[in-house]
Amino acid sequence: MKIMYWALPLAAWVLSPLMLGIINRVKAFFAGRRGPPVWQLYYDLFKLLQKASVYSKSTSMVIRVAPSVVLACMALCTLMLPWGELQAPVTFVGDIILLAYLLGLARFATVLAALDTGSSFEGMGASREVQFAALAEPSFFLGMLVLVLHFGFSGLSDMVSGISLETWHTSGVLLILVGCSWFVLLLAENSRIPVDDPNTHLELTMIHEVMVLDYSGPDFAFILYVASLKMWIFAALVVNLVVPMHSLTPWLQAPVFLLGIVFVMVLVGVVESILARLRLQQIPKVLLGSAILSLIALIVRLMG
Amino acid sequence: MELFILGCVIPIVLGVGVLSISRSKAASWIAAFGVWLGCGIAAVPVISALAGHVLAPLQIAWNMPGGSLSFGLDGLSAFFCLPILLISPLAALYGCTYLAHEKKPLGPASFFYNVLTASMLLLLAARNGLLFLVVWELMAVSSFFLVVFDDEKAHVRQAGWTYLIATHIGTAALLVLFAIMGRQANSLDFDLMAKAGFSPAMATALFVLAVIGFGAKAGFMPLHVWLPEAHPAAPSHVSALMSGVMIKTGIYGLLRILTLLGNPSAAWGWTLVVIGLVSGILGVAFALAQHDLKRLLAYHSVENIGIITLGIGAGLLGLAWHQPTLVVLGFGGGILHVLNHAIFKSLLFLGAGAVVHSTGTRDIDHLGGLIKSMRWTGVTFLVASAAISGLPPFNGFVSEFLIYFAAFSGVRAGAPETVVLTIGIAGGLALIGGLAAACFAKAFGIVFLGEPRSSHAAHAHEVGAAMRWPMVALAGACLGIGLLAPAAVKLVLPAVRVVAGDGAESSAESVATAMRSLTGIAYASAGLLLLVVGLFVIRRYLPRGREETATGTWDCGYARPTPRMQYTASSFAQPLTDLFRIFLGTRKRGASPAGFFPQPTTFETQTPDAAREYLFAPLFRLIDRSLAPIRRMQRGRIHEYLLYIAIVLVLLLLWKAGGRS
Repeated sequence: MKIMYWALPLAAWVLSPLMLGIINRVKAFFAGRRGPPVWQLYYDLFKLLQKASVYSKSTSMVIRVAPSVVLACMALCTLMLPWGELQAPVTFVGDIILLAYLLGLARFATVLAALDTGSSFEGMGASREVQFAALAEPSFFLGMLVLVLHFGFSGLSDMVSGISLETWHTSGVLLILVGCSWFVLLLAENSRIPVDDPNTHLELTMIHEVMVLDYSGPDFAFILYVASLKMWIFAALVVNLVVPMHSLTPWLQAPVFLLGIVFVMVLVGVVESILARLRLQQIPKVLLGSAILSLIALIVRLMG
Repeated sequence: MELFILGCVIPIVLGVGVLSISRSKAASWIAAFGVWLGCGIAAVPVISALAGHVLAPLQIAWNMPGGSLSFGLDGLSAFFCLPILLISPLAALYGCTYLAHEKKPLGPASFFYNVLTASMLLLLAARNGLLFLVVWELMAVSSFFLVVFDDEKAHVRQAGWTYLIATHIGTAALLVLFAIMGRQANSLDFDLMAKAGFSPAMATALFVLAVIGFGAKAGFMPLHVWLPEAHPAAPSHVSALMSGVMIKTGIYGLLRILTLLGNPSAAWGWTLVVIGLVSGILGVAFALAQHDLKRLLAYHSVENIGIITLGIGAGLLGLAWHQPTLVVLGFGGGILHVLNHAIFKSLLFLGAGAVVHSTGTRDIDHLGGLIKSMRWTGVTFLVASAAISGLPPFNGFVSEFLIYFAAFSGVRAGAPETVVLTIGIAGGLALIGGLAAACFAKAFGIVFLGEPRSSHAAHAHEVGAAMRWPMVALAGACLGIGLLAPAAVKLVLPAVRVVAGDGAESSAESVATAMRSLTGIAYASAGLLLLVVGLFVIRRYLPRGREETATGTWDCGYARPTPRMQYTASSFAQPLTDLFRIFLGTRKRGASPAGFFPQPTTFETQTPDAAREYLFAPLFRLIDRSLAPIRRMQRGRIHEYLLYIAIVLVLLLLWKAGGRS
């Protein structure tokens, strides 16, 4: 059984690049294009890993270490994600706090590596990244508080394994509100439209993509892979929250979970296709809105 | 206990000794040796107290009315001794090199440093109100003289003056506090005060006095005004000691008084939670707006005191609500953060000192690229930056995790007040953590990364070994506590037991749960480190002989980038400081270039302290104006002053004699 716990992290490591491919296909479909193959990111990663790196003369060892730090953080985060009733390999009471702070460490490393190049573009991206992250974190913890109120304070695995159809009957509103709140965070943290645009690299989108301008070769492969893992992590959180795994037979849970992740990716693709990117000044309002969704959920829980 | 007193006396004796060889180069080294020796000796009883041995208290007769020389060392005192015993010797060693090429004699500075160290240790052991106040003053005055080390500069004298006033406002509140408590208990001994049994109203009044008195030292908003003035003015190793260790005596004092006041009411807990949130969030917001590296760090002390106060407030609420988990983990997180903050904050000040020493400027916007010339300083500063932002695998995360843990495990759907508390703590800590990470991305990123922004930074060099090794040791401590999280919490439990009283016993189960989580965190942290190293090694082998190329930074096709085009600290922080603009009141001067052929233009921003500007300055002007008539009595003639003293003494005598008959 223990060995089964590693199935989800393994799935995350292997399948996460595929998910970004799905998003791109959905966007292409909406735009009336054929789009790149869903395996495109695997080809890219494979190609990049074989190349040599180019470093700026301004940089120090920070930019050389940062990709490893970021990837290590994300890999550890995937180890803490449950899969329905199947426990995560790493689980303890309050593990979600560690998860949030590991994401924070990854961000800190990315931001410092961006400043390491001395480029003013990357400085701009870094500045915006830390601003939005500081606003997103309280929102994440408020959603967390709703779950703690409902299921008691324990590990992430124990909390989500309690979500069943029954929960949907009694407190579906909570799940929907927190789910929406976390979905907004997913868009913000993974620099998708309407917060950021992952497609262009320059003036139009100066949050995440601009911070990674100076990476090349294997370093850039690490960074791209990290982006797909991060997307997987947030999607897994949302799916675990919204899908009543407890009510499914065990052998159905895994496929349903994967389907759920694919569904989230399709949703991201749809959102990206039908929404325009917001002006930078509007983004704090979006993040605040996400926090307010969780607050409403809290009030609903307290009233009920 | 005698050993502890001996440890306090040795630094003072050697400090007095070096006054006679004030001009000699050896003065500061001998004094530092005194600190090492004293702290080494004092460490023995401290460790045995932490290990659970009860030390016999020491009582020496003192012919001072109400006073007695009584000393004791319980878990709380012993834990607060730890940062002193760790930081003081390291900072003393650092100071020897830091001040080496000063022209003025170093004897007095070394003397006051030793007195400061000894008085802090004595303060923690004092078990009598009067003794406590005397040592408290000794600490305040010796640190004042250290702050005004560069007294030829006007702004340093001004800073020292601010500090002196602020600390004495605190002392005034403490005088009243101890006077009332002593009157009630008929004794100034802490043991008897604890048995006095204060009425709830009086206990609340005493609590308010303690918050003002100790808050002025610790730096609660809005009593923090002296920190951003005094820390930049003082020599860096002194800032490290003051910011890392001395302000914690305020926290210690508050906790000690809380043990004497009896059962706390929920209102006290809420007061501390609100103070903690305000200090934490506004402290980091003001820090974001600073350009002066040491001033920025000073505001971060306010922020971290806020986090500590949040933990203590949660603990008090736990006592009021009879929730043992909240009590133990709230107090535990707050008190552990005292040690953690002492380590990373003094490391940051030592790093800032190394930067100042090497470049001659504290202005962040004039620095840049220092990690290439100052590798050790850069890496240790990076470790401390991650630690103060509360990021794993370093120590800041452990104490913040405990406070989160306390808040989340105390929450009950049936009790809305617990939910409000958890929203405050979890939301507040998350916001503070995010802002702190932003601020240290700025502080480290602009100072150490990129290209040098001025010739100061371009000619930087690494500092000497005596300055380097203390920083390395402290960085090691940051990582060590992170990796040995459960052991660190075991260290803090004796202190919690003193504060929590009976509440501590019934919480064994929740402590065990927290310990399991901390073990998980320790493993995860170790795993993270291994993973980073492993991935880095793999990454190094990946290109398989392909050559690495070095080129300029990609600046979107622009051909001639210069270091001056880099993002600055002010521009980096601007989006966030804009969010807090109603509190910060940042002043902007200058204009953007205009027209087809723009003229050179300048732009500067300045963020003065709001509490100083809008609260204390008007208040003191008012006091000044209303007391102006008394000035007529002051003509600057000493014989008149002597006459006043004589008149007052005679009046006192008459009053006393009148009362007798």
